[in-house]
Amino acid sequence: MFGKLSLSAIPFNEPIAMGAVYGSLLAGVAVLALITYFRKWPYLWNEWLTSVDHKKIGVMYIVLAMVMLLRGFSDAIMMRAQQAVALGSSQGFLPPDHFNQVFSAHGTIMILFMAMPFLSGLMNIVVPQQIGARDVAYPFLNSVSLWMSAAGAMLVMVSLGVGEFSRAGWSGYTPLTELAYSPDTGVDYWIWSLQISGVGSLLTGINFLVTVLKMRAPGMTLMRMPLFTWTTVFTNVLIIFAFPVLTVALSLLTLDRYLGMHFFTNDMGGNTMMYVNLFWTWGHPEVYIVILPAFGIFSEVVATFSGKKLFGYTSLVYATAAIMFLSFSVWVHHFFTMGTCANVNIFFGISTMLIAIPTGVKVFNWLFTMYRGRVRFTTPLYWTLGFLSTFAVGGLTGVLLSMPPADYVLHNSLFLIAHFHNMLVPGVLFGFMAGYAYWFPKAIGFRLNETWGKFSFWFWLTGFYLAFIPLYVLGFMGMARRMQHYDNPAWQPYLIVAAVGTLLILCGIGCTLMQLVVSIRQRHANRDLTGDPWDGRTLEWLTASPPAAYNFAVLPVVKDRDAFWDMKEKGTAYLKPERYEDIEVPRNTFLGLAVGVLAFLLGFAAIWHIWWLAVAGFAGLIAVVIARSCDDDTTEVIPAAEVERIEGLRSRGTA
Amino acid sequence: MKRKFSFLFAVLAFLCAVPMLHGCSELVLFNPKGPIGESEKSIIIIAFALMLLVVVPVIVMSIWIPLKYRASNTKARYNPNWSHSTKIELAMWLIPVVIVLILSTILWRETHRLDPYKPIASETKPLNVEVVSMDWKWLFIYPEQNIAVVNQFVFPVKTPLSFKITSDTVMTSFFIPQLGSQIYAMAGMRTHLHLLADEQGEYTGQNQQFSGYGFPHMSFKAKATSPEDFDAWVNKVRQSPDKLDFARLDDLRKPGVADTVLYFSSIDPGVFDHVVDTYCAMGESPGGKDAASHAQHAPEAGGYGTATGDSGSMGAMAHRAQEN
Amino acid sequence: MQTESLTMPANASGGHEVHDVAQIQALGFWIYLMSDLVVFGGLFATYVVMSHNYAGGPTGGELFHLPDVLLETMCLLCSSAVFGLAMVAMHKGDRRLVLAGLAAAFLLGLGFVSMEAGEFQHMILTGAGPQRSGFLSAFFTLVGTHGLHVSFGLLWMAVMMAQTVAKGLTRPVRARLMRLGMFWHFLDVVWIGLFTVVYLMGVIK
Repeated sequence: MFGKLSLSAIPFNEPIAMGAVYGSLLAGVAVLALITYFRKWPYLWNEWLTSVDHKKIGVMYIVLAMVMLLRGFSDAIMMRAQQAVALGSSQGFLPPDHFNQVFSAHGTIMILFMAMPFLSGLMNIVVPQQIGARDVAYPFLNSVSLWMSAAGAMLVMVSLGVGEFSRAGWSGYTPLTELAYSPDTGVDYWIWSLQISGVGSLLTGINFLVTVLKMRAPGMTLMRMPLFTWTTVFTNVLIIFAFPVLTVALSLLTLDRYLGMHFFTNDMGGNTMMYVNLFWTWGHPEVYIVILPAFGIFSEVVATFSGKKLFGYTSLVYATAAIMFLSFSVWVHHFFTMGTCANVNIFFGISTMLIAIPTGVKVFNWLFTMYRGRVRFTTPLYWTLGFLSTFAVGGLTGVLLSMPPADYVLHNSLFLIAHFHNMLVPGVLFGFMAGYAYWFPKAIGFRLNETWGKFSFWFWLTGFYLAFIPLYVLGFMGMARRMQHYDNPAWQPYLIVAAVGTLLILCGIGCTLMQLVVSIRQRHANRDLTGDPWDGRTLEWLTASPPAAYNFAVLPVVKDRDAFWDMKEKGTAYLKPERYEDIEVPRNTFLGLAVGVLAFLLGFAAIWHIWWLAVAGFAGLIAVVIARSCDDDTTEVIPAAEVERIEGLRSRGTA
Repeated sequence: MKRKFSFLFAVLAFLCAVPMLHGCSELVLFNPKGPIGESEKSIIIIAFALMLLVVVPVIVMSIWIPLKYRASNTKARYNPNWSHSTKIELAMWLIPVVIVLILSTILWRETHRLDPYKPIASETKPLNVEVVSMDWKWLFIYPEQNIAVVNQFVFPVKTPLSFKITSDTVMTSFFIPQLGSQIYAMAGMRTHLHLLADEQGEYTGQNQQFSGYGFPHMSFKAKATSPEDFDAWVNKVRQSPDKLDFARLDDLRKPGVADTVLYFSSIDPGVFDHVVDTYCAMGESPGGKDAASHAQHAPEAGGYGTATGDSGSMGAMAHRAQEN
Repeated sequence: MQTESLTMPANASGGHEVHDVAQIQALGFWIYLMSDLVVFGGLFATYVVMSHNYAGGPTGGELFHLPDVLLETMCLLCSSAVFGLAMVAMHKGDRRLVLAGLAAAFLLGLGFVSMEAGEFQHMILTGAGPQRSGFLSAFFTLVGTHGLHVSFGLLWMAVMMAQTVAKGLTRPVRARLMRLGMFWHFLDVVWIGLFTVVYLMGVIK
């Protein structure tokens, strides 16, 4: 009836795990209680949970990302704390089984349940507005994507308290993830959370590519699009080509584990190297998927806060396209040491180095955008400056690692860990934090407190350096990654410094949370009345903050790049139309949420071999798809009078 | 703002100073003891230096430009529409291209030269070693000396080492950082590695690819001795009462951490090939030997004692039968 | 043209006319099909890499019966052709002919799936199931994934037949039939790749 599931799946005898479980449950119950107390369930249901509005979906994505950031970061603290003490006779406080889950969860959460939702969220809020559109191409699928990501994240959270998570790293190399070496449910949690959220990501990729290709405002040619929109186009192409390969890799592993097949087993004709190739054919584009939107954010921020046109727009676009193409030709650099012949390693090494060229071009373009500008030091700009100086170091170490003989001694060492965090933290995370600060007023309606924002930045920057420069040194000292324990006392001082760095980052995260609390308290004073708090250049600043459901009462006509700036200079930005028209918007539906719930049940049932529930979940999903496909009445009309009323409120507010 | 930067620089300087004070001896990658490691260290330094040509200007500019052109500095020139310069574009594309070209040439040459599969040229006869990674220990087989050791690797200095490596478990990575390159060990496959130590000494060896519960324990001592001391050590191993026959091998293959060094005074012939053949994919026996006769000795093919079906050797029998 | 207020651009109201919606849906579906092609690409690559990993078990040459494969191919290709005829009827607005075409395509597709299921069953019963070797795992998964797609297509076809009966050839129904057609023909193309790489090349040894 319950498959493999029994009460023994709950780790009652592990105090740390149980602490995390109780903490999470407490937080969850507190949230539910507050919603009930303030009688917000109807509001929540009607305005958020059943919404197909891309702006609301975007906000929910970012909420998910922030929550998972906390979870993924608590894993980071545990790892650093363990490694700071686990020398020689001290085994630390995390036994191997637990430590191995922690680093596996950390990587999985940060890439797939923090970075992906964060970028999906920003893309959702911003891109339709930037191209002067009212919506995305597939609003219902957009909701499905959100709830599937949430379902995947829920599976990861549930693994804390019911069973355990994978102990095989976020990359899940075979044959370690095969039944023979990982017989418990951990790897299954990993597989299903990735598969389910992966479908969501693929749908998002298709959705936004079509949106940009088909729904731009009149006059917005491709070369007049904002850079953030361009980078999301390239990201979505990467998603469309890369995620199916992950689907294949995970599915084949699933077949091995569930049906005893021999894709990646050691024996019976399995080929473990095939998994590595399939995984990284997805894995490398994935890191570009998360960073390209961040690059787009930096472009926007640097231009806006320099009061200046973006330098080298055309070369920025082509450079990003080059990065997109090249990112499919480098995957072997993740396993130069797997023993392939020199010529193969050479090809992939040179290909990897080539990517540094367009990336460097972008950095110079950003620097020259600020040159002879009027630079305003707002929070988003701080994050960007932190990125510009620090990311270059990561690029340097990346080129180092791209030389196979250097990689032969640095592969899988802490040098590698330092390198990719040097790309992901200043690159992806700082970019998303900049985007968060930059577009928060647009999405929510009031500005964030600048002081707390800047404190957060400085803690993150210094914390980053303290946490990761020692790791470069440790890599040169021969320390491998993923070590629960070690015997070389010379390593410990560096690991202690790294732990201190992590504490600083914790303060940074604390500042971000404080910033939110303080900003909410000060929201009336900081209300964005004009919709354009930063004197922006692109079309999203033309709408109200937050925008009406339909974004634009009148679709803007684009005459140039930096369309909004152009309109402001010509005085055509806030003209009232002679009359308003009816606007068709998609109806809310609970079916997106239903898909998420059913997907979660399917995943959970598959993990625990509760076959009747898995079949029911799957059948439910098919039923939802069929039901939706038979529904011809999925939109509703906002009458012109209502549009006029909403627009009237806005112009009264802008005074 | 300036104070914050000076604080940052102070921290970084401190972090760089510490290893200097240490005497660099712990930075094993910068203190290699063999030609492979030496070459790899040079590559790291050259690539690092070349990249600094780009990185230092970027860091400097990323601090100087926003400072100079901050909005409160009304003396600085403001060109809001200046967004293109062919000269700058050319420079920003071409300079990195040139650097990449130089690095690519080095990459090409060195990757061929430092191919792990390439034997090291030397007048001394190479020492052949067969390595098996297990959960969670390393087995070193010396086929020509007919001995085997667990968790210790002793070898003569200035002698080319020719490794054949396999795994009896998940993917692992054989690595002696102070000597040079690592390479993966994978079940059913043989990878090759060539190293050499120029100086006598004791170096740490390890598994560089996470392999589960006992992964942190998979380190071993790699000792480079004089040729005479090596022969003496071989004789010492030959005094051991332990012998590595297939039964003892099966014992070793069970999951567990070996806290002590084990010596085996003799080995059954084909022990290494036997481990490889357990996972043999094609149903053929690359070892050439009588794989079929070992079918009875083949343990469960992989895993922590769970039965996973036929062993490859059984397949070998069936295939051979088919061919006949 | 007034300077103080905006004149409305052509598509200001609501966003899109109905034919635009169909175009947008078709583009998205096409892109989805391309992502599905990548899935098949990954499975093909895996199959090719593992195509000789017999682990002492049976090979393709021993297992594949080309006459059956030919029959399956005919079923699928004819099903596609008949579906194409149904689409012609749809453009003419002939509901009865559309339903007849869909039904015929359905039956032919069902024939394909049944034969494939039979082939799988026979192989499993004679000890050549997907657990026997890496080669067989790859074979069953590649061919089986295609078969699963065909099965989903059949389900979709049934749903579309129901919709055509219940609603007639409305614009949404036509748009959905177009997408089903794209899906169906796509599976044809994949099958051609499949029987070449797997069956024909598996037998030519």
